[in-house]
Amino acid sequence: MNLSEYQGVWVFIEQNEGEIEGVSLELLGAGRTLADKLEVPLAGVLLGDGVRSLANQVVYYGADEVYIIDHPVLKDYRTESYMKGVIELAEKYKPEIFLYGATPNGKDLASAVATDLSTGLTADTTMLDIDLENRLFEASRPAFGGNIMATILCKKHRPQMATVRPKVMKALEVDHTRIGKIIEETISLKEEDMRTKVIQIVKDVSKKANLADAHVIICGGKGMGDLQNFQLLYSLADSIGASVGGTRDVVEAGWLPHHLQIGQTGETVTPKIYFAVGLSGAIQHTVGMKNSEIIIAINKDPNAPIFDVATYGIVGDAMEILPKLIEQFNELKNHTGGELSYV
Amino acid sequence: MHIVVCVKQVPDTKIIKINPKTNTLDRRSAPAILNPYDAHAVQEAVRLKKLVGGTVSVVSMGPPQATAIIKKSVEIGADEGYLISDRAFAGADTLATSYALSKALERIAKIKPIDMVICGKHAIDGDTGQVGPGIARRLDIPPVTNVIEVTEVIEKDKKVVIKRKLTSGYEIIQAQLPCLLTVEKEINEVEYSPLPNMIRAAKYESIIWTVADLENVDKVQLGLKGSPTIVGKMFSPPKPEGGIRLEGTANEQVNKLMDLLMEKKELFTLQTTK
Ligand SMILES: Cc1cc2nc3c(=O)[nH]c(=O)nc-3n(C[C@H](O)[C@H](O)[C@H](O)COP(=O)(O)OP(=O)(O)OC[C@H]3O[C@@H](n4cnc5c(N)ncnc54)[C@H](O)[C@@H]3O)c2cc1C
Ligand SMILES: Cc1cc2nc3c(=O)[nH]c(=O)nc-3n(C[C@H](O)[C@H](O)[C@H](O)COP(=O)(O)OP(=O)(O)OC[C@H]3O[C@@H](n4cnc5c(N)ncnc54)[C@H](O)[C@@H]3O)c2cc1C
Repeated sequence: MNLSEYQGVWVFIEQNEGEIEGVSLELLGAGRTLADKLEVPLAGVLLGDGVRSLANQVVYYGADEVYIIDHPVLKDYRTESYMKGVIELAEKYKPEIFLYGATPNGKDLASAVATDLSTGLTADTTMLDIDLENRLFEASRPAFGGNIMATILCKKHRPQMATVRPKVMKALEVDHTRIGKIIEETISLKEEDMRTKVIQIVKDVSKKANLADAHVIICGGKGMGDLQNFQLLYSLADSIGASVGGTRDVVEAGWLPHHLQIGQTGETVTPKIYFAVGLSGAIQHTVGMKNSEIIIAINKDPNAPIFDVATYGIVGDAMEILPKLIEQFNELKNHTGGELSYV
Repeated sequence: MHIVVCVKQVPDTKIIKINPKTNTLDRRSAPAILNPYDAHAVQEAVRLKKLVGGTVSVVSMGPPQATAIIKKSVEIGADEGYLISDRAFAGADTLATSYALSKALERIAKIKPIDMVICGKHAIDGDTGQVGPGIARRLDIPPVTNVIEVTEVIEKDKKVVIKRKLTSGYEIIQAQLPCLLTVEKEINEVEYSPLPNMIRAAKYESIIWTVADLENVDKVQLGLKGSPTIVGKMFSPPKPEGGIRLEGTANEQVNKLMDLLMEKKELFTLQTTK
């Protein structure tokens, strides 16, 4: 394999019913940095049925090129059909790096593509970098329950591929002045050849609206003491229009249902403001929230690790601090004569 | 129906310890168990067998001690268990793992044709979830990942109806047999093993194969040699920079926080609406 034949950074653009997934935009941001370091173009790979109109958006978020395959058989994601398209593109244009969101479909697709291309695939990465001297892609992922990071390399095979966790990388500001090259490829696919059929897609919106999309999250930990004290968090949430989440210990204590758990084995969130109240800040928790814009920690132990990730730290008893905060926010609300909401 | 489940022996990561000095896994600290997702996979195979009849086999790649998880699978209700064990398999990444397991599956298919392969969603140690889809590609059968329910087996048409979990919600898929599923924990509850299973498991002798027992194996694709990825380095996660520690009494700290938040308006514009 002649490694130097392979050039450029590619991002698989995951779309559902004509809407690009957030993780794909995040990957265009991360991919831009990698492409700039390597001085190569960044391309988005867009497959679907009637998706041409999405190409501009891919450019506005950082791509120089967009490869498109538009075909009725690609209407819904299926490993068989998507894999075929992506493999044909990769074999023809030979990218050196290829990123996918670590979503059910992204992981599924990347695993199949890696097998056919006989190349390496690093799973669920959270840090991406380039070793310029050796022109190698360094993809790092949490290992053994997040206690440690492992950097995985793929030295002798191309493309170097990775799936990347959603909500870890940052999307660029949308730039409507950007111009890119659109390359459309055709593919021969027949519905009769497909061995799987998508019969129905059922969206569950309830869960998403709760945490993943919240602008402000109040997260409580075991330090809240009991279920009754935990209710204080809802009062604060009410006063600023926030959602409430919890640590694993809180979920295990039965104070919250599992879908409101934040962290490695729960949701990953990136709100504008994250209140961490009475929680210690174990690594398994912080991997799920550390990319929030502003983190406010309230903990009575000055040595709690949560202060290492907090933007603002308050050392004190939550039972004393919370009522004061609630009072202040309510006052602000009355003073301005309306509802507080964060944009 | 012949269902084959891929089962992996893993260290129990709930108990695992990392040596902070060397950043390596203290293996002695962690007992070896059947990968929890694979227990659900075996359970599902056993459930389907009860539904439509047939045979459940399990296959594992690992050291000789991995026969322990084959016995465990027999306890859950598997009929037959194969272990492929050879130094040549050592150091495999997911590409080499799926290659070796697909060769074992081809061999098993010669004994009895396979209608369905079931894997766990991921193994709790390597945690990639890449082996299942890799096997499906190599056997050229359709994969259905993240399965939360096998709704229907239509034997006469050789089809299954499956619920597959998505980022938000799920989809209903019809797949032709043979196919490969990877299963989530929600798919079932692993039941307590009935006594006859326990007795059978205690006496059960796994069928053990080395590379020489498999057919048409390209040795270059096995183990470390066949693995495009390598672990470059291990390091502690970077400590993010902490910010401002607010000082003073509770009141002073709260007031200071409110001031700071008001200053940061441009980030999250505090709006008022009537
Ligand atoms: C494989 C694995 C996966 C995991 N996944 C997750 C996950 O997804 N999410 C998650 O959260 N955890 C996860 N954990 C658990 C994690 O390691 C911690 O055990 C957990 O986050 C601790 O929860 P906590 O902070 O609520 O409780 P504790 O660690 O008990 O912390 C309580 C904190 O509250 C403070 N406190 C006590 N009283 C007060 C008071 N009156 N006022 C202010 N502060 C007070 C204490 O100083 C202490 O810091 C996982 C663990 C493993 C091994
Ligand atoms: C810290 C660390 C990080 C790693 N990162 C990567 C990486 O990014 N990319 C990569 O290619 N490799 C990686 N590996 C190597 C990988 O763990 C091994 O290839 C392993 O043999 C299979 O991968 P897995 O444990 O992730 O299995 P998964 O793909 O998560 O397992 C899914 C299912 O496949 C089946 N299965 C998996 N292994 C076996 C087996 N031995 N026998 C029977 N059935 C099995 C089981 O049904 C299992 O539930 C890493 C290893 C370590 C220790």
